[in-house]
Amino acid sequence: MESIKPSGIKSIATSQRAQILIVIGAFMAYPFFASDYFIDIAFFFGIYALLGLSLNIVLGEVGLFDLGHAGFYAIGAYTTAILNTKFGIPILVLLPISALAAALFAYIVCSPVIHLQGDYLLIVTLGMGEIVRLALINNPFDLTGGPNGVFGIDFPSLGGGLFIDSSIEFYYLIWIIVALSILGLIRLQNSRIGRAWNYIREDETAASANGVDVKNYKLLAFVLGAALAGVAGNVYASKLMCVSPESFTFWESCLMFCIVLIGGMGSIPGVLIGAAFISLFPEIFRPFAMYRMLVFGSAMMLMMMFRPGGFWPRKRGAVEFRSILGAPGRDDG
Amino acid sequence: MPPLLNIENLHIAYGAIQALKGVSLTLEEGEIVTVLGANGAGKSTLMEAISGLVPIRKGSITFGGEVLNKKPAYEIVVRGISLSPEGRRVFPTLTVDENLNLGAYTRRSRKREVLEAKERVFTLFPILKERNRQLAGTLSGGEQQMLAIGRALMSSPRILLLDEPSLGLAPILVKQIFDIIREINQQGTSILLVEQNAHKALGVARRGYVLENGTISTAGSSAELKSDPKVQEAYLGGSALKQKHPPVPSPD
Repeated sequence: MESIKPSGIKSIATSQRAQILIVIGAFMAYPFFASDYFIDIAFFFGIYALLGLSLNIVLGEVGLFDLGHAGFYAIGAYTTAILNTKFGIPILVLLPISALAAALFAYIVCSPVIHLQGDYLLIVTLGMGEIVRLALINNPFDLTGGPNGVFGIDFPSLGGGLFIDSSIEFYYLIWIIVALSILGLIRLQNSRIGRAWNYIREDETAASANGVDVKNYKLLAFVLGAALAGVAGNVYASKLMCVSPESFTFWESCLMFCIVLIGGMGSIPGVLIGAAFISLFPEIFRPFAMYRMLVFGSAMMLMMMFRPGGFWPRKRGAVEFRSILGAPGRDDG
Repeated sequence: MPPLLNIENLHIAYGAIQALKGVSLTLEEGEIVTVLGANGAGKSTLMEAISGLVPIRKGSITFGGEVLNKKPAYEIVVRGISLSPEGRRVFPTLTVDENLNLGAYTRRSRKREVLEAKERVFTLFPILKERNRQLAGTLSGGEQQMLAIGRALMSSPRILLLDEPSLGLAPILVKQIFDIIREINQQGTSILLVEQNAHKALGVARRGYVLENGTISTAGSSAELKSDPKVQEAYLGGSALKQKHPPVPSPD
């Protein structure tokens, strides 16, 4: 079989560029046409997109089941909350510090369990997420405020008396962070690290036998994923001006997991679709709130039946839940 | 001169189950050595132990004078031992080219070396060059096996570990694969070959070991093993063959 040469690479690239520009334009213009309420919804869409992207590194790229990602999110949010309220450190300065704190936490917690596979890792990370939440409730060293959480977090200051304090400004803040993260992640996907992650996801033994340092690359995925979740936590904390343990429940971890699965593992556009689904859907169907779980569950089931690879699966090396060999003849040209 | 690869009293266990109970073997520079054995004898475990994929309980693996016991798998590849694992394990969703690139993962950005290694693989397996842009999952079993061997060669190893390269292949492909194994060896790579196809394996190997229940039961040159009644009985089709060809069943 001769390989299929992609015809007209240039025209595809330009039309893709046009599409991306349209999407960016739509995001930039959105707040001028929407009410504050809908701008806030779009802000949380951004938060979930960032969380989805962060879990996508661990779950999508490397295929590690992590059901405790809300723990990293919480570490980021509480780092911001505590350091800001106790020491008055500005929010934007705390952005990298929160990322670092979550990353360090991930490194310490995940190092001893990184060799676990599949569902075993899932249970351990689930436990990790719950331990973080319970620890926050128990108010260690009188830092976390127990079940009430921490209040009075500042808005991000831009200096010179300028603050990010309106819905529109927060909207732009989160989406600029999301856009920068996406740029970084695309570069990462095509790098040596990204390829190693995908090799590990597809076949750990083969990757290892060919000289990929499986343990450290897995750990790196957790650390980077946690750092990004920490960033999300920072923005979230300053937007709400308070954090409490109930924002970081097991359910949040489940939502992030769903975002990645709905969109398609390892696919960045997929994550955006998944995040949109998770954050916009409950708002649109607010009158049916009591049936939310029912609809949500059915949607997941239907998706697994008809689109097992997600709504926007990654083109190359997309993971599907059925055997790849069942659908031969695919050529990525 | 000490052997290139020296394994002494190797013990491997999965939990309470002893897979290898004191295996010792050697591989000299430039040799093909085969390890025969039935299912569950511990052949693949041995290969994985050399590659650093399973932890060693007791004993030692020495390669070129250096003990490999505690080395992680990726460092063993860097040192020059490469495994083509049982069941091929190519990446079905990646192209042939991408699969080969993984084999050169330890060479980082030394592009010239990678291209040279790839050229060598294409000379050995011209079909892979034709199928370069195709997804590995769309290759036939034999082509996938070639890809698995090619991938292992991409790190230009001093020792190539081949785990059941003939598994599930048609006889004509088996012959082709074994011809190529011989050729790789003639180009200067030492090969440790694990096989169930004892005829073929003893045909290319200089020496062989028989692994039974985690211990080496018999060792010797290929000719000795071929004429060993116990080996004939267990691995070469035994009594049925003896009636047809009384003295020694000839390979090929």
